[in-house]
Amino acid sequence: MTLFAEQLLNGIQLGLLMFLLAAGLTLVFGIMDLVNLAHGSLYMMGAYFAWLFTGLTDSFLLGALLTLPAALLLGVAVELVVVRRLYQRDHLDHVLATFGLILIANDAVRLIWGPDGKRIALPKWLSGTIEILPGLPYPAYRFAIIVVSGATALFLAWIVVRTRVGMWIRAGASNRRMVSALGVDVEKLFTLVFGLGAVLAALAGLMAAPILTVQIGMGDNVLILAFVTIVIGGIGSIKGAFVAAMVVGLIDTFGRAYLPDILKTFLSAAAASTAAPAISSMMIYLLMAGVLVWRPAGLFGART
Amino acid sequence: MKLRLLAAAAALGLLAAPAAAQQPVKIGFVSTFSGPQAAIGQDMRRAVELAVEHLGGRMGGRPIEVIFEDDQFRPEVGKQKSEKLVQQDKVHFVGGYIWSNVLLASLKTVTDDGDTILISSNAGPSPIAGELCTPNYFSTSWQNDQTPMAMGEHLNKRGVKRLYLMAGNYAAGKDMLAGVKRTFKGEIVAEDLTRWPDQLDFSAEMSKIRAARPDAVFVFYPGAHGVQFLTQYAQTGLRDTVPLYTAFTIDAISLPQQKELALGVPGAQSWVNDLPNEQNKRFVADFRRKHNVYPSFYGAQSYDTIMLIASAVEALKGDLGNKDRVRAALRKADFKSVRGDFRFNTNQFPIQNFYIQETVKDAEGNLTLRTVEVALRDAKDTYSDKCPMK
Repeated sequence: MTLFAEQLLNGIQLGLLMFLLAAGLTLVFGIMDLVNLAHGSLYMMGAYFAWLFTGLTDSFLLGALLTLPAALLLGVAVELVVVRRLYQRDHLDHVLATFGLILIANDAVRLIWGPDGKRIALPKWLSGTIEILPGLPYPAYRFAIIVVSGATALFLAWIVVRTRVGMWIRAGASNRRMVSALGVDVEKLFTLVFGLGAVLAALAGLMAAPILTVQIGMGDNVLILAFVTIVIGGIGSIKGAFVAAMVVGLIDTFGRAYLPDILKTFLSAAAASTAAPAISSMMIYLLMAGVLVWRPAGLFGART
Repeated sequence: MKLRLLAAAAALGLLAAPAAAQQPVKIGFVSTFSGPQAAIGQDMRRAVELAVEHLGGRMGGRPIEVIFEDDQFRPEVGKQKSEKLVQQDKVHFVGGYIWSNVLLASLKTVTDDGDTILISSNAGPSPIAGELCTPNYFSTSWQNDQTPMAMGEHLNKRGVKRLYLMAGNYAAGKDMLAGVKRTFKGEIVAEDLTRWPDQLDFSAEMSKIRAARPDAVFVFYPGAHGVQFLTQYAQTGLRDTVPLYTAFTIDAISLPQQKELALGVPGAQSWVNDLPNEQNKRFVADFRRKHNVYPSFYGAQSYDTIMLIASAVEALKGDLGNKDRVRAALRKADFKSVRGDFRFNTNQFPIQNFYIQETVKDAEGNLTLRTVEVALRDAKDTYSDKCPMK
């Protein structure tokens, strides 16, 4: 039972992290109609910024706090210099240009900081375990991820549902032309949304960094998962991104946790342990395929 | 006129090597030079360049040309690059290969060419040691199973009874676990193969370890994955409760990031930087002087690859025309390995010692690895019986 609770927490933690990444991506894709492959690079830059600032200030908290405005600046700069020129073009050009950004980001990082990964040391109060339930020690840092990303998710929901900017964002996701016809400064809104997406990606990157270490290309793998998440959730929908991210996180974790044992009931031990990781990585894509058949616009798609 | 030219050429011939010998000996080297595992490629490249430097840039009177190619950590790219080296660059030898899956994808391209000889500097998947063995394949590393077999013996000695196994789900990961199981005499509580290479988060598996309460855990996570594994193992609190044993998880490349987390975690290896032979002392000292860091075993094996090639080219005085003679010269392994004693088995994998290593601080306070004991002496891999070569 404690094992189940622990795996549940693991799944929630992974899901929340995935949500931060997917939220920015779904906003940019949904509102600006921009396919941004470089979202993973923003995630990577968040991790590198956190490593850099933690080293400079000697404090993980300060380093993390400095990372967010730095990511905002980077996001706004990328939007003004590169992304702005892409809105009028088609998706293939988006893919080409933002794929180019990935290559530039990876090589720039290698030139500046070298090819070897970096580890961020956690302060003592975050590096141990805490006893959440009797007999269930849980890594303090993973618990902190749950708290911070949970709070961020609530904050984001509040912005999107309750504020004027959020209203524009939702309206932009549903009908962009109408929004600009009604006098909303779409250019500024786009810059803001892209910057917000960059901050969310960087937040995910900086929180993942002490667990996964800081590496070149660390965003490339998670990017695919983030795209799957927003397709399942429905492009442009924050609520959809949240639900889909939680589902993806839980499926991935429970697949890894229980699939080998389930397979062992009818396969040999060797075959089961080989097949389990392969099947558990497929399950998310199977889910996506199923959702696309059932609801082509995703679970909470704004557009049909 | 003609006669005089000939005489002049003959006179020159006494001073310099024959004209054909001025063509360079071409060596292709496939490794990972981009992405998260690029640090390994960098270490290997540095070792290769140091070997060329130690040779004075020549072998058998001919200049050395090394062509480095990046496999990007992907089997299909590795195969492409190997094809390019063999067909376009027409290299004499192809060395390198960190990853077993990349090597298996590239193998036939190189060894079936007939004119090219492959010398693996790291990967040693079991099929090539057994039924797929070929005269055109040599190894200056090991067969995958051997290093964990050494660790299995060590676990028996430490009195471990219940063991939990973890590795990446690819060719080398499966070989590694097979290796431990061959020598470890206790009970295997469970084994987890994790998605390779994209899974970096081991939370679900570590929760299972905690619930299973084993005496010890054995893992194989080479390169960057080793840093992530050790970091998370400490964060879950398991490091203080369940002892960890490793193969290829802690090395000179990952240690600067793993730091104190690596203390007290033993590993097995066929080369350690403090092995007391002259060749090794020179290799380690010169490497550190040039780059200010310790070389890793990847580098040591790459250095041996170049030195092995050099020994054969020297013995043949630079004449690589007859491949049978090249192979025969390589089989003699007449070079000074940084491992000390080194000779080839019938399947052209080395017969060598395996050591247990641990992390210590050197005189300047840097973390480094030190030999603790010999775990296996003059070990042959278990697949050589299946190899038809005699």
